[in-house]
Amino acid sequence: MLRYMLNRTLNSLFVLLAIITITFLLMHAIPGGPFTGEKNIPAAVLKNIEERYRLNDPLWKQYGDYLANLIRFDLGPSFKYEGRTVNDIIRESFPVSFQLGMVSIGLATLLGIPAGALAALRQNRWQDYSTMFLATLGVSVPSFVLATLLIYIFAVKLGLLPAAMWDGAEYVILPALSLAGHPMAFIARLTRSSMLEVLAQDYIKTARAKGLPPITILFRHALKNALLPVVTYIGPMSAAILTGSFVIETIFAIPGLGRHFVTSIYNRDYTVILGITIFYSVLIIGLNLVVDLIYPLLNPRIKMNENQEG
Amino acid sequence: MQLNSDSFQPLQQNSPIASIALANTTYRQDAWRRLKKNKLAMLGLYTVLFIIVVAVVGPWLSGLSYSDQDLNETNRPPSADHWFGTDNLGRDLFIRVLYGARISLSIGIVASFINLTIGVIYGGIAGSFGGRVDRIMMNIVDILYGIPVLLYVILLMVILMPGLTNIFIALGISYWLGMARIVRGQILSLKEQEYVLAARTIGANKWRILFYHLIPNSLGPIIITMTLAIPEAIFTEAFLSFIGLGVAAPMASWGVLASEGVASLRSYPFQLFFPAMAISITMLAFNFLGDGLRDALDPRVRR
Repeated sequence: MLRYMLNRTLNSLFVLLAIITITFLLMHAIPGGPFTGEKNIPAAVLKNIEERYRLNDPLWKQYGDYLANLIRFDLGPSFKYEGRTVNDIIRESFPVSFQLGMVSIGLATLLGIPAGALAALRQNRWQDYSTMFLATLGVSVPSFVLATLLIYIFAVKLGLLPAAMWDGAEYVILPALSLAGHPMAFIARLTRSSMLEVLAQDYIKTARAKGLPPITILFRHALKNALLPVVTYIGPMSAAILTGSFVIETIFAIPGLGRHFVTSIYNRDYTVILGITIFYSVLIIGLNLVVDLIYPLLNPRIKMNENQEG
Repeated sequence: MQLNSDSFQPLQQNSPIASIALANTTYRQDAWRRLKKNKLAMLGLYTVLFIIVVAVVGPWLSGLSYSDQDLNETNRPPSADHWFGTDNLGRDLFIRVLYGARISLSIGIVASFINLTIGVIYGGIAGSFGGRVDRIMMNIVDILYGIPVLLYVILLMVILMPGLTNIFIALGISYWLGMARIVRGQILSLKEQEYVLAARTIGANKWRILFYHLIPNSLGPIIITMTLAIPEAIFTEAFLSFIGLGVAAPMASWGVLASEGVASLRSYPFQLFFPAMAISITMLAFNFLGDGLRDALDPRVRR
């Protein structure tokens, strides 16, 4: 067990290092420096700027410095905004994205799991068909389409909810719904198929034969086991919600990390792109690691060595 | 009941015995029969075919091109002349959506081609060679798998500069991992089967076994994965174009059209409506088809 955990952790760290290296090299492979696009900079000034950001050092030294700073959680200065560091940007905007993401994850699980369970319990009846139709729709409709649809209906036509900005509880609803759509549909489908599998098991028959109340069977025996695959979806789901927030935050003009990422792409602000990518990767890889470590505890049937085979 | 000698007729030698058994159905016929019974999947299939035909033929039939402007006809609502209306430069939206279908479908085709070539061969080699080769190859896949794909496609687009060819490249680098994993898993279980042993005893080498026995027998999961990879690729393109990293200006991909539509959502909602519908219907069709294929090709998970 301990060896497995150690193995997984080391593996994650290795993946992280690989990501940092690849991203770093990619950002430096872009032809021309970050300041070559600026108009009318005298050569001497350009040289000073490049000196200040240490762009004249050899690549391996820049890489070493970057890693050394990274260990101290210092992601460096922004190229575009004078005097702002990448850390500042993340510190300001991540809480916003975090709130939005949490509400979305909550919505996705709290609505997705019951919907999937209902579909499985009423298999091949109208409840099943309608839920699964909606779920396929939810998987198919891109988040930005859903977002604009919601804005059009609830903000433009009905005027019930604000269409943009970030200024209180009612501002969360529409973006969170549009962000949660895809994961919610996916969770519903996942819950349904795994629930169907569990319901066909012998221990469910035994529980029924013992005369246990259906509610107990549903929650204690069926749902508890059916939710195991859903746990593994937490990692990919958080990734989907993070990347989804790029577009959603841009559409709703929410001052979160996703919008900063998109803006930094427009601005070609390479340190910010690099920093936010690394930040996201740490988050996602960390979450995946946590899920991997928890999973064997939740599901003792899995042997460690089997798990590694994937 | 009277019996006499006429009731009994000698059977001629080698005459066909009345067919008691049903005609043999191959795996493929069986899957096709199951697919045909699934109405949603067939709807998806017909929709996909329809979109392909319209995307290929549609633009030829119309005199207009995606970049033709008519500044006297800007922001017109849908009418007999302009079925989907016009945009702020007076370009016909119907034509632009049709050209968008071409882009999206070519993205889908390229993505599935990449899936097929790189993914299948990579997974196939890892699975059939096993041992250290397998471990190293799959470790590489695991590392790449840990990276959120969209994040990487975005980074690649930043470096490569927006454009259709570069979307192909970015998708090519990132969209074969899932396929490689699935094919490898499939081959690991298939390679213990008797027919592989039989082939080995006749002296077939590893490559022959891989390409003539193992891969053809994993065709089911391969097709399913491919069908589900296509909408993902189409979505990625729409997403990239939407945030401005997709195809360049006068070209009209669905993502570009949608993001232009969002800009004028309040005054001209139809400009968003049609591209959004096009994306959603295409994705829906592919997803229905993919789900149906899964049920049809993999009878073990039948409902």
